[in-house]
Amino acid sequence: MYNYIVPSLLLISSALALRKKENSYQLMLHGGAEGLKILVSIIPALVMLLVAVTMLQASGAADWISHLLSPMFSFFGIPPETALLVLIRPLSGSAALAVGTQIMTQYGPDSLIGRTAAVMLGSTETTFYTISIYFGAAGIQKTRYTIPAALFADFVGFFMASLTVRLFWT
Amino acid sequence: MVMSWIYVFILFVSILSAALHGNMQSLSAGILEGAEKGITLSLSLAGSICLWTGVGALMDKAGMTLILSKFLSPLLRLIFPSAKKDSILSQHLSANICANFLGLGNAATPMGIQAAKRLAAHRQSTVASGELCRLVVLNTASIQLIPANVAAVRASLGAAAPFDILPAVWITSLCSAGLGLVVAFLMGKVWRNV
Repeated sequence: MYNYIVPSLLLISSALALRKKENSYQLMLHGGAEGLKILVSIIPALVMLLVAVTMLQASGAADWISHLLSPMFSFFGIPPETALLVLIRPLSGSAALAVGTQIMTQYGPDSLIGRTAAVMLGSTETTFYTISIYFGAAGIQKTRYTIPAALFADFVGFFMASLTVRLFWT
Repeated sequence: MVMSWIYVFILFVSILSAALHGNMQSLSAGILEGAEKGITLSLSLAGSICLWTGVGALMDKAGMTLILSKFLSPLLRLIFPSAKKDSILSQHLSANICANFLGLGNAATPMGIQAAKRLAAHRQSTVASGELCRLVVLNTASIQLIPANVAAVRASLGAAAPFDILPAVWITSLCSAGLGLVVAFLMGKVWRNV
């Protein structure tokens, strides 16, 4: 089923744009060039963060952190190996991508842990960054219950990512 | 600024842990290895980012967000009652959510900010309204049809079917956004509105 989605999305968007008399191929090229500019601007962050994440792993600190948190993680059925990802996900998007990639490399992209990391990355956002952008622009000082509610949503995401992966692939 | 603190913290913890465990040699070797992995990751993302921002520009011009927003408006009015009276707000809100759904991050954020500003202007206060809190919670819980970057990383690491995580991602993000909204609704009933 899902194998149809990505190819058909490509066809539908090109066809719809063409029907609107847009130069669809040219639009794609311009959009793609914009995307590459964005990528270039985040490459330094990805390099610095992968250095940091590799240091955490090589020093044994990553194992130590997941060991420390493993009782709590195991209680909710979340693999303790994803502890670092869970901790960094709400704070920084590039750091989460770096940690997630590292986990997928270490355990394999098709392993349960690797898949859990992938689903976590795909279904959550950089919570604190989003909150600061929106409330900053709207001139809001009292955010009331937004942060606890958003962090709860993140927790549900981590929990459900572990649960769905376990159900689908074991 | 936050990232600077996090970075220093990570370096400190790593060096301390390496010294305690006698891993200083592998730590020092890991630094250059990590830098190289950063470039490898960037390269493995490049194709996917180029493709999807290109397709994103198409979806934007083709009016796909408009088509989607028609299906979405009843649900939207349930979560944001002021959208019934304010049609411009309603447009910004649906454009924000639909653009997020299609993975058009560049288009989604400006629309969401417009909606947030309008919601804040309704109240003329620096205290967030229940609706504004719900808008932000919805935006912090990603609902995305195709998580292209993750799929690209999976593909580069040799996953058999990089997109096979899609159903799990959809279920997970629906639960996370849905329960986040429910909790925001409930907390809005008890939290002081000043």
